Amino acid sequence: MDYRHVIREFIRDNLSIEHEGAAFSDDDNYFELRFVNSLFAMKLVQFVEQQFGIVVENDELDLNNFCTVNNLVKFVEAKKAKEAG
Amino acid sequence: MNKQTIKCVVWDLDNTIWDGVLLENSGLKLKPGIEDIIKTLDRRGILQSISSKNDHDAAMAALKSFGLDEYFLYPEINWNAKSYSLAQIQKNLNISMDAILFIDDQEYELQEVKSVHSSVHCMNACEYRSLLDDPRLIPRFITEDSAMRRMLYKTDQLRKQAEAEFNGPSEAFLASLNMRMIIAPADEHDLQRAEELTVRTNQLNATGKAYSYEELDRLRQSEDHQLLITELEDRFGTYGKIGLALVHMNETCWRLKMMLMSCRVVSRGVGTVLLTHIMQEAHRAGKPLLADFRDTGRNRMMNITFRFAGFRDKFTEPDGTMVLEHDLRSIPQFPPYIDVVVQQ
Repeated sequence: MDYRHVIREFIRDNLSIEHEGAAFSDDDNYFELRFVNSLFAMKLVQFVEQQFGIVVENDELDLNNFCTVNNLVKFVEAKKAKEAG
Repeated sequence: MNKQTIKCVVWDLDNTIWDGVLLENSGLKLKPGIEDIIKTLDRRGILQSISSKNDHDAAMAALKSFGLDEYFLYPEINWNAKSYSLAQIQKNLNISMDAILFIDDQEYELQEVKSVHSSVHCMNACEYRSLLDDPRLIPRFITEDSAMRRMLYKTDQLRKQAEAEFNGPSEAFLASLNMRMIIAPADEHDLQRAEELTVRTNQLNATGKAYSYEELDRLRQSEDHQLLITELEDRFGTYGKIGLALVHMNETCWRLKMMLMSCRVVSRGVGTVLLTHIMQEAHRAGKPLLADFRDTGRNRMMNITFRFAGFRDKFTEPDGTMVLEHDLRSIPQFPPYIDVVVQQ
């Protein structure tokens, strides 16, 4: 599955981050670009779990894992690798 | 304390609120005593809505002729399955399904709703006379916030419309609201509302523990505790008292024993404001900050809020309460679109 594409789409749709043609890179911290509320944080975690069939444990609920597209892709890949391993 | 409370009653119309069928033009008459029941529930702070398979405009006109139209929030009057209508109402009010009581005269409709939403409370309309004595519909206090609860939700409805019509990023909309949040030590007259908040709040509630008026009164006056209550307002009016926190100030550390925020303000990005304030104060006092979190099965949003704010596991109490710690090296700023007023 193309994790990156799906994640990018979710972020873009939920944070109206590309309004008026503004772009964001896979290294941009969208928790800093946009003021993000608890509802979005919750939706993001649930989206990742449902979309990729993983369970995010308490010690993995680290903002660093979730704040950029690249970090989130890395996190999901590592999770999936651990599961497969 | 019993947390099984009903926050919203959803009524059918034909042969439930009135005798007769609207579209058959039979002379409609309100069921005896129904007007008093609806008005009494409203005064108690119980929200009410409608799920009826009917013509919307005709039904609203009939309700208006009985002087009852203003009592219902987000009425679902259409030809959809009632399970779908219930889902819409639940989403619009942002309350949980098990806080809804659905009343209909048709067993089929009650079953259909129940088959999709197993946690919804259902009642056959023939039992409506027992409603005012139902303990699930009797709050322990009628607070200022409960008496004006319907108005608070109506104002929210206006905000939602304004938001839907707004073009641009959500921060710009939030900035246009001119929000002001007041953080103050809880007064004696806040205690009923404080107790109510601990019973009614689920999603952004760190421990799910209900506190009684008496406990809160003792903690409020305790030398080594801070009981904080917050109120939010914007250009549409007040949201009421919507947040509560209890800090135990030990010699060696500060410990956040309770922290909650009403579900009505979740989308306003204010959930972290009170937390940020407490982090700033602990930092100023030179104490490490701990926070209690207990998984209630419905408060994961609070868990995520703590952890995304930088809290990490410290230890677990024998009763399963997780105690988290923040190193306070980096404390978030208040969001730029909200004016925070701290009263001493």
